[in-house]
Amino acid sequence: MIDVSHLSYVIADHQILNDITTQLPRNQITALIGPNGAGKSTLLGAIARQLTPSVGEVRIGGENLTQIDPQVLAKRMAIVAQQLHVGSRIRVADLVGFGRWPHSQGRLSAADNAAISDALKRFDLTALHHRFLDELSGGQRQRAFLAMAYTQDTDWLLLDEPLNNLDLKHARSLMAHLRQMVDHGGKSVVVVLHDLNFTLAWADHVVAMRAGQVVFSGPTTEVATSIALSDLYQTEIEVTSLNDRRFALYHR
Amino acid sequence: MHDISLPAPPAYRGNSPHPLTNRHLWALALALVVACGVFLFWGGGWQSSYILQLRLVKLGGLLCVGASVGVATVLFQTLTNNRILTPAIMGFDALFLLMKTVLVFFSTALSLQFWDNTTVFLGDTAMMIGATMAIFAAVLRRARHDIQLLVLVGVIFGLLFRTITGFLQRLLDPSEFAMLQADMFAQFGGIDRDALTIAATLMGALFIWLAGSHRRLDVLALGRNSAQSLGLRYDRLQLQVLAAIAVLVSVSTALVGPLAFLGLLVSALTHSLMRSHRHGLLLPAAALIACLILVTGQTLFERILNLQSSLAVVIEFCGGLLFLTLLARGKIK
Repeated sequence: MIDVSHLSYVIADHQILNDITTQLPRNQITALIGPNGAGKSTLLGAIARQLTPSVGEVRIGGENLTQIDPQVLAKRMAIVAQQLHVGSRIRVADLVGFGRWPHSQGRLSAADNAAISDALKRFDLTALHHRFLDELSGGQRQRAFLAMAYTQDTDWLLLDEPLNNLDLKHARSLMAHLRQMVDHGGKSVVVVLHDLNFTLAWADHVVAMRAGQVVFSGPTTEVATSIALSDLYQTEIEVTSLNDRRFALYHR
Repeated sequence: MHDISLPAPPAYRGNSPHPLTNRHLWALALALVVACGVFLFWGGGWQSSYILQLRLVKLGGLLCVGASVGVATVLFQTLTNNRILTPAIMGFDALFLLMKTVLVFFSTALSLQFWDNTTVFLGDTAMMIGATMAIFAAVLRRARHDIQLLVLVGVIFGLLFRTITGFLQRLLDPSEFAMLQADMFAQFGGIDRDALTIAATLMGALFIWLAGSHRRLDVLALGRNSAQSLGLRYDRLQLQVLAAIAVLVSVSTALVGPLAFLGLLVSALTHSLMRSHRHGLLLPAAALIACLILVTGQTLFERILNLQSSLAVVIEFCGGLLFLTLLARGKIK
């Protein structure tokens, strides 16, 4: 379990996160939802220790995050940020191979190579593995970074808007992979999602944020109601179900 | 109907073969050995040990400068995540000259005339490292992703450093000014033997460190977010690399003076030859290519063109031309 307590983050007089206290359950898919500028990415960054909170602390499995050695933490938690930029000319397979860095420090063993090969297959990159990253489309590049984080083989996987740029097929297959990692691999996933339908279809737990605060959180089926979501996004949203699947209608 | 069958892509077979198995590196090393041999022995080197000795010192200087410019440029481009900036373009060597001028300016107070060459050189380098850390660490942390801003900051810093240097030099008395003059222009003629020994020692130590950490540099090149997620102590390594660049720029500027575009020429050639992200390949290749350019160029100038022009001028001309070409083709990223 990840425990966030009284977390605040201030940048240039702007309160990005305001006294956030919430818990992210183990062995579930947790969706961070909320309107633009709610502080979802910042919260994810603070949990992954990419920025230092002004006040408050994050605990992972009871341990204070700041006390964990970065190299040890990299075996427990991986994050894929929203903006992915690599200056050097690097091939897809090499990028994915960096996921093994925390385990092998750059000297790839046969087992590492098998893991890379598996990740390439899972993320539909085998045919592209020899291509340079700057020759790929946005969605393909996104998949390469996801494959890298997958290869890192951590207990926790944090993804910031992973569905950006992905087409229908790859978006669905990514969520199915996450589901499988949680159900059969004992992993825990935290993911920032903008598409409510993906949230309703795949997430076990929801943390809803607005203006740097948590508005509500809990099991998706309980808390993601028409009233709560309409209030969160300040626009009319109807949650309905068809064939035992839940949908959000907000298109017109 | 045409039957379009694409060739199957090569299967993934694992990666990262050892740098010593790379044939490009061996070819470059061989070419450099030949170039050095020609430089030493063409035109009477074997007849007189005096000529040979002079040429050995000069060759040592060329190799030191080449290796430091090549390696510094690749390191800097890794740090800034781009392919067009070099330490020289960002005003690093102007900063070195400023530090040197400041040291000479206060030489009476510091009784600099009693220092030996080694102490002066180490003093220059230490000040350079301090100033680099103070100024560029903050800039890089804030503006790393904004290449236009970095270029602007570099241009303005370079101008600022040069102006302050010029101002201080006007206040110097003529004898102190003479101490500085030799360092202000790139010249491969008079390389000081003592300086060369220290330079080579410093670089040797640095290259041993690089040989141990080139894999971490590969991760550094992924950028802050990804590198940190992989458990790299990004900020610490960034400072270490910045210090390494400061040392290398000090070495090359102290030996021959500022060279603005050699680094750019070398990095462009290195990337197009190696086509790799691995510093185990990039760093040695850049060092070898820079040495090859300098040694070959110097040989041609001394033996064929009879010193009609200056090597620095021609390298700067070619490098500058390349810089403009890259700019025009929109290769800045």
